[in-house]
Amino acid sequence: MKKILKSTLAIVAVFAAFTSCNNSGKSSNSGALSSNNAEKVYIAPGEHDSHYAFLSGGYSGNLTVYGLPSGRMFKEIPVFSQFPTNGYGYSEETKPMLETSFGFVPWDDSHHPDISQTKGKLDGRWIFINGNNTPRIARISLTTFETEEIIEVPNSAGNHSSSFITENTEYVVAGTRFSVPIPQKDMSIKDYKGNFKGALSFISVDPEHGHMDIKFQVLMPGFNYDLSHPGRGKSHGWFFFTTYNTEEANSLLEVNASQNDKDFIAAINWKKIEEYVNNGGGTMMPANYAHNVYSDDTHTATSTMKKEVRVVNPSEVPGAVYLLPTPKSPHGCDVDPSGEYIVGNGKLSANLTVHSFTKMLAAIESEKFAGEAYGIPILNFEDVLAGSVEQPGLGPLHTEFDGKGNAYTTFFISSEVVKWKLGTWEVIDRKPTYYSVGHLTIPGGNSAEPFGKYMFAMNKITKDRYLPTGPEMEHSAQLYDISGEKMELLLDFPTHGEPHYAAAIPAEIIKNNSRKIFKLSENQHPKKALSDADTKVVRDGKNVHIYMTMIRSHFSPDNIEGVKVGDKVYFHITNLEQDFDVPHGFAMIGARNAELLIAPGQTKTLTWEPERVGVWPFYCTDFCSALHQEMQGYVRVSPASSDIELSWSLGE
Amino acid sequence: MKKAGIIMILGSLLLLGLFKFPLWNIMLGAPQYPEPLGMNIYIQGIKGVQEFDLQNIDGLNHYIGMKTIPKAEDMWEFSVFPKVIIAMVILGVIIGLLGYLEKVSYKYFLGWFLFMSILGVLGMYDFNNWLIDYGSNLDPHAIIKVTNPDGTPMSYKPPLLGFQKLLNFDVTSLPHIGGYLMFIGMALTLVAYWLGRKASLRKTTQ
Repeated sequence: MKKILKSTLAIVAVFAAFTSCNNSGKSSNSGALSSNNAEKVYIAPGEHDSHYAFLSGGYSGNLTVYGLPSGRMFKEIPVFSQFPTNGYGYSEETKPMLETSFGFVPWDDSHHPDISQTKGKLDGRWIFINGNNTPRIARISLTTFETEEIIEVPNSAGNHSSSFITENTEYVVAGTRFSVPIPQKDMSIKDYKGNFKGALSFISVDPEHGHMDIKFQVLMPGFNYDLSHPGRGKSHGWFFFTTYNTEEANSLLEVNASQNDKDFIAAINWKKIEEYVNNGGGTMMPANYAHNVYSDDTHTATSTMKKEVRVVNPSEVPGAVYLLPTPKSPHGCDVDPSGEYIVGNGKLSANLTVHSFTKMLAAIESEKFAGEAYGIPILNFEDVLAGSVEQPGLGPLHTEFDGKGNAYTTFFISSEVVKWKLGTWEVIDRKPTYYSVGHLTIPGGNSAEPFGKYMFAMNKITKDRYLPTGPEMEHSAQLYDISGEKMELLLDFPTHGEPHYAAAIPAEIIKNNSRKIFKLSENQHPKKALSDADTKVVRDGKNVHIYMTMIRSHFSPDNIEGVKVGDKVYFHITNLEQDFDVPHGFAMIGARNAELLIAPGQTKTLTWEPERVGVWPFYCTDFCSALHQEMQGYVRVSPASSDIELSWSLGE
Repeated sequence: MKKAGIIMILGSLLLLGLFKFPLWNIMLGAPQYPEPLGMNIYIQGIKGVQEFDLQNIDGLNHYIGMKTIPKAEDMWEFSVFPKVIIAMVILGVIIGLLGYLEKVSYKYFLGWFLFMSILGVLGMYDFNNWLIDYGSNLDPHAIIKVTNPDGTPMSYKPPLLGFQKLLNFDVTSLPHIGGYLMFIGMALTLVAYWLGRKASLRKTTQ
């Protein structure tokens, strides 16, 4: 008996050994246990995330770059806001980027990033984002991860239903949230109704360089145009905008704009209008708007004021614009990967309304209209309805798609994401968010080919999610695994600013294109210095131009004399490094702007207006090398009346 | 003997690879250089593995007072080596042809091999001398001066062959494609010698 017991124990022991072996081998891909979720988001030191996520900064005016699934932030890309961290908007080269018809505007409210597409698929060349407050659209390069272009949008106010791009990046589209008098004029606010207009701008994108140009603006009735998305596949050539305030109220909108049972989704056949415009249609109206372009060759931006814009009245192009009744002040306007379904997220509605593109075309064909608004045909709600998701939650805002026939909608009031099936409209799963979710993002979730592995929800309220940091906190986001039938909460991570929407993309599409340095041999900055021989100090009246170089671990020149009180000193500094990740910084005592952070091969300019006599130091702000602390220099400032000649030196 | 002649020709021709591919390669990795810097040594000169590697190696070396990596025109070797290699290729092909036509003995094949080996050893000796000078002939005003425990200045000579740790850098020095092609070519000339000898022995026994 003892023997039997012993051998049984031995067998059990052996079995246990095998089992534990199995367990440890399997643990990385077993998904059922929530204890394994840590492994799903764990990126070992030195390993890379599988996806990039680009989150709008909201009131930071910028764009942040995150990794998924780790939720780690890699970079903040300055777009519409001055950024003392690297001198964007402070350096002479980048100041033109923030020029507008209102003058220099150093801030904005950035909302909806969208990655460029080819044939409906993310191509990872550029990312576009809108400035909401002073209407602008920016284009950011996904090779340098820097803002390359900003175009102001005239006739627009509250540039919110932006910046969404068409299937082949033909257009980046910018719709106005606020309707305004077009052209602007002094008139009574009470005369809003019937007199204000909403401009929907179609900005063409040059396929090679990405340069933007406003092709035309459709002047729509004075509603609020909230969000938009392009048609794709079968509906390519159309664009859909949600509207609210079809009541055209001008005060206390929370009540007065919530009276109509249904507002509209405006369907715009942009191909038709494009053709009309190409044949000379529309009217050129006087305008004034900035077009700012940054060049990687000159490392300098230029700002040009454009003086006219082409506008089109929808009634001029019959059959180009229709209104689809959609319940209760719809917010998000989302098109599924096939292009058939247009989801109107009626934020005050109990149900989620989905329109059918096919049915819309049939209704247009048979000319079954329920009426018209300012000459624009209104279709019958029942004729265009594909179906509705019944009672899915409270306060639907935005929907994304996984490419497997499922849709995911955020509910602000009930603070959850609901997964439902396209076509059957049944709810499959729901998971809470923390708290009050706005947008959600699936990589490629608004393209013809989503990558349905991860979804993240960006919340408006943080409260107790992290260690408290006073009344003001970063916002929170949650990452979910959506590869299975049920969604699984993986990670909770804080986000910078107030992200509205985000765009995400598999890392392999863009990571190998990321620039490491700028080649000095391609530097065309007019004030560059490529060697010690090029360095000099030149006086031009009260302006003193210092052509300076920086390399580990010195500035050349680093001793400068002959500068006087009342001068305006321009430090034109070229980083001579051609090695990856060796930027140098530059800071000048008393300079009333910012520092410069200069990438290898770049030239940047900082101005300094010395007001006090003395010998004033400058230094490198980026710990560049073992002798970083030695990387410094002096400028001697003499009285305005002094006759000391300019001189400069290094190592004498 | 025909086969031996052809192999002799082929073996000599493989040396031409040295004009296209590096003879030797030295890689320098460090904590700050997860993608190592590298230099490829060709018989006509030294090039960076990546476009700016030489510039970056020189930039780092200025801290410890090393001279910059020589340009092709700074060293007589880079004009002489290509001529020597061309001469050896021509010589090898001629010997091979004559062997193929049975005008010369297979022993010439061995002769070529031995001659090439002597040249090779001399070349390595010269290369090593340069490495010693490059690694230890330092600027007395160098920013960073590191001494051995016995007080003598540390040498930054990269290894002739193999791996060595130099301060924060892991230095690996190995032959590259051109070098390997040369070794294979030389080995083939030995094979040619062996085949030629076998053929000639067969003849004499018949």
